[in-house]
Order: sequence, then structure tokens, then C-alpha cells
Amino acid sequence: MEEVPHDCPGADSAQAGRGASCQGCPNQRLCASGAGAAPDPAIEEIKEKMKTVKHKILVLSGKGGVGKSTFSAHLAHGLAEDENTQIALLDIDICGPSIPKIMGLEGEQVHQSGSGWSPVYVEDNLGVMSVGFLLSSPDDAVIWRGPKKNGMIKQFLRDVDWGEVDYLIVDTPPGTSDEHLSVVQYLAAAHIDGAVIITTPQEVSLQDVRKEINFCRKVKLPIIGVVENMSGFICPKCKKESQIFPPTTGGAELMCQDLEVPLLGRVPLDPLIGKNCDKGQSFFIDAPDSPATLAYRSIIQRIQEFCNLHQSKEENLISS
Amino acid sequence: MEAAEPGNLAGVRHIILVLSGKGGVGKSTISTELALALRHAGKKVGILDVDLCGPSIPRMLGAQGRAVHQCDRGWAPVFLDREQSISLMSVGFLLEKPDEAVVWRGPKKNALIKQFVSDVAWGELDYLVVDTPPGTSDEHMATIEALRPYQPLGALVVTTPQAVSVGDVRRELTFCRKTGLRVMGIVENMSGFTCPHCTVSPGGCRGGEAAPGRWGPWAVLGSPPSPRSAPASSPGAAERSWPSSPGCPS
Repeated sequence: MEEVPHDCPGADSAQAGRGASCQGCPNQRLCASGAGAAPDPAIEEIKEKMKTVKHKILVLSGKGGVGKSTFSAHLAHGLAEDENTQIALLDIDICGPSIPKIMGLEGEQVHQSGSGWSPVYVEDNLGVMSVGFLLSSPDDAVIWRGPKKNGMIKQFLRDVDWGEVDYLIVDTPPGTSDEHLSVVQYLAAAHIDGAVIITTPQEVSLQDVRKEINFCRKVKLPIIGVVENMSGFICPKCKKESQIFPPTTGGAELMCQDLEVPLLGRVPLDPLIGKNCDKGQSFFIDAPDSPATLAYRSIIQRIQEFCNLHQSKEENLISS
Repeated sequence: MEAAEPGNLAGVRHIILVLSGKGGVGKSTISTELALALRHAGKKVGILDVDLCGPSIPRMLGAQGRAVHQCDRGWAPVFLDREQSISLMSVGFLLEKPDEAVVWRGPKKNALIKQFVSDVAWGELDYLVVDTPPGTSDEHMATIEALRPYQPLGALVVTTPQAVSVGDVRRELTFCRKTGLRVMGIVENMSGFTCPHCTVSPGGCRGGEAAPGRWGPWAVLGSPPSPRSAPASSPGAAERSWPSSPGCPS
């Protein structure tokens, strides 16, 4: 990946190739010629690649640390319990890739084949890709600016040989920036089923999540619904529930009512979830009767129903 | 070594960055608590919130909806008290609507951060606390480059006990080493929770302790205990305690 200047105006900006900071950039002539404004050929390539992927779900949150990666991983585990369903989990959090750890795949490396990069398989029907697999040490920092991160995401979508997939789950970093814009742009032609947005009950989280909902609306990304995570703490000893993150402004329920988005469910904070993530195991196996497991299963079912409904609508459109 | 040009940071004695590779570990909470603790100790403090996508500091200090005004030296920070002992700048103040998403790519974020560093008229400050978003990307590089001429004191790196957080934080420590930013210490947040019905803590591995030793003699500063602690000692001390914060918002 070539280095771009620190003040790069962006290849698709009106100033591309013409700004003061463009002097000396290896891409200056290309940008000045207007090539940057043309649609990226990768979008069509990715559309072709995604033809073997039935459903694409983004897991988003404006807020960090609310459980996006935990949710993405357990959504993948839950869907993969049906051996006939092929699941792909893509981690586009370039700076903080948590998925390898949570899926018990730390230290795994990616292999190249004739048909592209091979994902790392947890089960026969559950493949995973993350920048974490490309680092030589877990302590390596990925200190990349936006354009380089975008390039990586493009490669993940275009060059990974996922094969026939029923569900592609994309775990994202917090925010509304390069990674989010890129994944939406690159998948634009391939059609994303929708986004699942994760929050905790606190207002500090909800205020970022409202922004994320507005981002989805701006880029016309359908919203499958919101999941309120860490919604109550279940004490492993006395089994009673208490509020670690009190919903002082009505929690996700009120936000969803105000913004007219579905609340898919509430997942309580079970300490076993964190422990299993640290060990890289599925929490469902360790605590099949936990209220958190039951909440997850109900949410996963609602997501499947949304995707199947969307698929039927598409099929009706094509046949009509 | 680059000499600092006279500018809006010339009157700032110490700059502390609050970092974490991981999101949601409590950077903004700790930045706020640190600023309030320093103010409680009689210092003049500024807070610079460079989390452009998720600016949390205005809400934590009850300053949502405040407007930013221009003065002859640039932007006036928002003062939180009559004595002007604590001031704040955040992109949160520049949004027309609080739910407006800042959907910017890296170059535009870099430009705003540069402006925050050079165009905010901080005046005379004992400490400037810089709250950052999670990660090791544009915002962090832009902030460190812009602040480098002013020789920041260093960084506080925040983690929680979970291995997933510690993994990101180890990467953040690598980032600090590569960018020449001194790590003043690691704060392990959310170390435990006592169930009000009985007395069980969620536990997890002792994340903050996994980092030192390999990384050098970093002080592991325990997570802020209950408010009834001793007053703050001066920065750089191996132990840090947190005073009660009458101004701390709930």
C-alpha cells in the first residue's frame, strides 16, 4: 500500500491532485486526471464475489466497548449450530481486532491459495477473517491512516475465498468513519441485508448510538434492530439482578421508540460471557441455561426472520 | 528538539493524553475524573476531547448544548465554572444537532484536530488532559504530531481486566513506544463490582498486571475506588488516589 500525504484531501475530492499537500504524492497525476472520481472497479469485483453470499449483516455501534465483537462472535456461533448453514465472520476492526481472541483463533495465520485468501475455520461451517491473522505478534500495533485501512477492507471483501456462504457477519470498530464508509461503499452493489446496532443502557452509549442510527439512514443502510447489551447484571452467586449501567434516560427501549427502530432484545451481563470470550469459547456451550443465552437465541431468531423476509421479498420482485 | 512556537499552547504547563486501544474501558470517564481531581487540587485544567465520532466529555460534565465563541486568539474553550478553572473543547460543541453523526474520513478528522490544538485559546493552564477515541489511527497520529512540539508529559493507558481489552492495550503500548510517547502508567478500570445483594465480583484476569514487567516499570494505578480516598498526589507518582469529586456528575 503506498503512503499518502498526511493532508490528503481524498482521491474523490474536488481538490484531488491539486491541493498543496498533493505535491510529491505518488498518486498526484492519477488524482489530478480525475481518475479518483471514477467508481472504484473493486465495487464490481466485490459484487461478483458476493454472489455466493446469501445474507450480509453489519454489526455496528457508535460506542466502543458495548459488545459488538462479543455479539458478532455469538451470532456466528448461534447460526453455525445448524451444520447445514455456512457462516462467515469478517472482522474489519483494523486497529483493535478482537475476533481472533474471542473465537479462540489467536496465533492462526492466513493462507493464500489460487482462489484467494483462505479464511481460518473454527468449525467446518464457520470461517473467520481478521487483520489479527496477518500480524506476526499479538503486540503489533496497526498504526494506519484511513486510506490504508480502506485498502485492507477492500482486500478482505474482494480477495477472501469465502465459498458458498449463508450469512456473512461483519464486525466493525466503534464510530462512523473510514471503516464504516468503506464497507458500505464496497458492498453497495452487493446489497447488505441490514445492520444490528449494539448499545448499553447508559445515555453516554445511547448518544453515540443515535449518531450511528443517523449514519445508517444517511447511507441508506437498513436497520435490522438494536440490541441492548449489559442490560442488568446477574450475580452468579445469588442470581439476583442489579443495574451496573442504569438506564437513566430510558435505555434502548425509549431510544428505539423515539427513532422508530426495532429493539431486538436485551442481553444481561453474565460474568461467564467475558470469561468465555477470554478463553475463546462459545458462551452458549458453557452456560446453556443462562438468561443471557436465552436472550441471544431470541435475538438471533429475529435476525434470521428479518433476513428470510428480505430474501422472500427479493425473490418476489425477481419473479414478478 | 523542536522548540514550541508561541501559540495557543504556550501557556499550558503539562499535557497528558488518555489512551486505550480498546473502546468502552472508561477513557472519557477517567479523563473527566482526572481533570476534576486536578481542579480539586487547585490546578487550572483544560480538557481536549479529540473523539470526533463519539464525543462523550460534554455530557459527562453537564456541558451539552454549550456554544463555542470566537475570540481574538481563535476559539474560546467552554468554561465550566465562574472561576474559569476548568475548560473544555470538543467537536460535540460544533454539531448543530446532538444526534448528528460526524461521518468523516481520516484527512478531515486530522484537519480538525490540528485546529483544536492550534486554534483554541487555552490561555494559562497547569494541565491539559486530552481524551482520545479507541484505536491507533488518524486521530491519534494527528494529535501526537500536533502536540509533539509542546512535549506532552505522557500518556495514561486505560484497560479493563478482560484479556480482550489487554490485547488492544498491549498494541497501544507498542504505538506509544513507536511514536515516542512516554507511558506514565496503566489504569485498570472496572476492576470489580460488588453485587449489592451479596458480595461477588465479576473478576476476570488481572489485566492491568499482565502488561508491566514486559513493558518496563510502569506503575499500575488501581481503578478509581469509592470516592472516599485521599487527595490526589502530583502526577508521576507511583500511586494515584482519587479525591471525592463534589463536581462529579452522576
